[in-house]
Amino acid sequence: MTRSTLALQVGMLARRSVVRTMRQPATIIPALLFPLLLLSINSSGLDSATELPGFPTASYFEFALAIAFVQGALFSASSAGTNVAADVETGFLNRLSLTPLRRVALLLGQLAGILALGLIQAVTFLTVGLAFGAGIAAGIAGAVVIVALSLVMSLGFGCIGAFLALRTGSGEAVQGVFPLLFAALFLSSMALPRDLIETDWFRTVADWNPVSYMLEGIRSLVIAGWDGEALALGFACAGGLAVLTLTATTAALRTRMART
Amino acid sequence: MRRGGFTTVALAVAWRSVHNYFRNPAIAVPGLLFPLFFFTAFAGGLSRVDSVPGFDYESGYTAFVYGFVLLQASAFGGIFSGFAIARDFESGFSRRLMLAAPRRAAIVAGYWLAALARAAFNVAVITAIALVAGLDIAGGGLDLVGLYTLALLVNAAALLFGSGVAMRLRTMQAGPAMQVPAFLFMFLAPVWVPYELLVGWVHAAAAVNPITLVLEAGRGFIAGDPVKVLPAFAVSIGLAALALLWARGGLRSAERAA
Amino acid sequence: MSTAAIETRGLVREFKKGPRAVDGIDLRVERGEVYGFLGPNGAGKSTTVHVLTTLLPPSAGTARVAGYDVVKQGAQVRAAIGAALQEAALDPFLTGREHMKLQTALHGMHGREGRERGETLLARVGLTEAADRKVRGYSGGMKRRLDLALALVHRPRILFLDEPTTGLDPQSRSALWAEVQRLASDRGVTVFLTTQYLEEADVLADRVGIIDHGQIVAEGTPDALKEEIGRPSVEAVPADPEDLPPTREVLGRFGETVAASPKSAAVRLAGGEAQLAEVVRALDREDIAVEHLQLHAPTLDDVFLAKTGRSLEGAGADREEGEDEPSGAATGGRLAGQEA
Repeated sequence: MTRSTLALQVGMLARRSVVRTMRQPATIIPALLFPLLLLSINSSGLDSATELPGFPTASYFEFALAIAFVQGALFSASSAGTNVAADVETGFLNRLSLTPLRRVALLLGQLAGILALGLIQAVTFLTVGLAFGAGIAAGIAGAVVIVALSLVMSLGFGCIGAFLALRTGSGEAVQGVFPLLFAALFLSSMALPRDLIETDWFRTVADWNPVSYMLEGIRSLVIAGWDGEALALGFACAGGLAVLTLTATTAALRTRMART
Repeated sequence: MRRGGFTTVALAVAWRSVHNYFRNPAIAVPGLLFPLFFFTAFAGGLSRVDSVPGFDYESGYTAFVYGFVLLQASAFGGIFSGFAIARDFESGFSRRLMLAAPRRAAIVAGYWLAALARAAFNVAVITAIALVAGLDIAGGGLDLVGLYTLALLVNAAALLFGSGVAMRLRTMQAGPAMQVPAFLFMFLAPVWVPYELLVGWVHAAAAVNPITLVLEAGRGFIAGDPVKVLPAFAVSIGLAALALLWARGGLRSAERAA
Repeated sequence: MSTAAIETRGLVREFKKGPRAVDGIDLRVERGEVYGFLGPNGAGKSTTVHVLTTLLPPSAGTARVAGYDVVKQGAQVRAAIGAALQEAALDPFLTGREHMKLQTALHGMHGREGRERGETLLARVGLTEAADRKVRGYSGGMKRRLDLALALVHRPRILFLDEPTTGLDPQSRSALWAEVQRLASDRGVTVFLTTQYLEEADVLADRVGIIDHGQIVAEGTPDALKEEIGRPSVEAVPADPEDLPPTREVLGRFGETVAASPKSAAVRLAGGEAQLAEVVRALDREDIAVEHLQLHAPTLDDVFLAKTGRSLEGAGADREEGEDEPSGAATGGRLAGQEA
């Protein structure tokens, strides 16, 4: 009996992960619609904020577009977590454990599902943004970088969900964390640039919150063009989160698939 | 066999709901945490917005946001109580209630009392925290009465709307069906800036949204400068009345199915 | 090298909270045998299976499956075994065929080989027509059949079935039994089966091990075990319900009382079948008219009762919630989670 190679295994599991994600419209549609709805409401509602001295752009829509990408990544956490938890709860993970499947293949396979959703989200938000008049100051190359940064964020947040699912084996626990992630989004430079935040404690939190830098990374590509510092910080924060959560998820998977 | 009178039944249902609510943090926490969180995030993060030309609210941005969060807590408190009703239908507990109570309207009244208790608690906590955060209420006693009466009416309207949906759908899928209209009502309104500063489609939506009037009146009460009081009360009483009819229809639907 | 398919010595598995789930089990299952592991909920059946299938390491003792040590040679064990565990471990969003494709690919069967193997197995369990429907829409019986088919993909020599017919309707149950019997007789597959159903163990198993509170309390062929108890029971329903107490008293002279319906009296005959005539004469002497008199051969439940003092049927209720081995699906996964 031949053993399948690692690449083939990853391919199989990735395909399954993507198929499973695509077959859940009840998860995908809110993940696309909600951020767009909120974007629309906020842009109209807070447009006057652009009149504040020091506001970096005349279009609140362009300012707020970055938020959709981060919100999309948060939804990723929820859906990835739920999917992985389902695998634990149904015993499907046990079934996979009994095959010659290598653990890393399983992990990479799960990630494929996360990235697939992340890609659809990023492209959708970008398209809608452009359709409604946002201009990407950094051009087409900038749009590609936006998608890339968005994918790294999806990975980072998605692994939070996967990690929790593997640790707790419960979909409910994953859902419970969702509000906390939203809190992380709110306590950032989500609504106003950091230098326009009056309240001291809030600004301090926003200064330390990695989500602020992820937002600003995308924002800089939309509004300002090529801002090396903003991009570096954005990728560093998103990438750092991804490395951290991926490591944690790997460890959790090792414990969960405790086969000898 | 003795059957409870209207008040007895209502109080019994209310007690059970309140008891469940306080004993179960997973249920209690969202209703309290979300408005609180909004308050912190917006009063803290967006406070600079009151420097925008044309923003002329006397009592400051904290009070401006508090006005919204108060109504939000009232509205969503009512909606979350609607969830509890939907849950009871899904688990079959409501059937037990309906068999035991001779006047089913008393059951709805009980849920409403519980929703009220819940909202009162949440509002108290939020107000306390807001005061610590520097909330400046310029309004006097009568203004406060007006303010909290508006909140009460919004809470009742939301609860009755939610219960109408819950009694018709009778499953937890009713959740989104309640939340989405409530969300739209609350957010297509002058949430972060006064109505005059809204632009685009949200401005148009807010123009026809009854909540806009209620918000403005509420903020007026906080500032001690009552505005649009009569229209706001008319609108909120009207909403509550419509919701009551809706709930009654829902009760009939549930009775037919039971 | 041992010829046994499964062999354990002093196998122990304990968890952080609660008593030992598996408390010193010695087992030997020969090749080609169907071994039934019978016990109430919480007895330790599933935990034993998880250890033997390498999903959980033992706390103490040794276990060898297919000649390989479960701890040191886990991968070889896994290559030789197939398992259908307590819940059909399926992905509700995939179709039957997609499950099969995944499973065959993971076992190194690609292209045509994988496809053919998949179709053969689907046909064998009667799922060809439903193969393109998502598993979410399958009935309980269909899910179990798919589960079994997936377990057989790589032609394992040893098959572990953990409560395979729990929750199934009688028809599905019979169909599964037929398939297990076929596997054992035609293919010589060793089957290790756990169950709480007496009939299942009686019908399917060559040998039965009765487990209670993590230990084996009796082992042998079903017939041998029943013979060991040896004594049938007699059940009498008096024509006049008022006569029930005297009936009980009379019967009570012949042996210990056993469970009966509210309308009847039943005892285990200390002297065996031969005593039946005496029972009839005694009832006659007391002028008790009997509507119904029946002799019952001993069942495995009687064996369990004799060994543990409890009836198998009610025994599962003994264990408290917290002590219970998790009976849900991902036992291995969940139990592993507890370890961390």
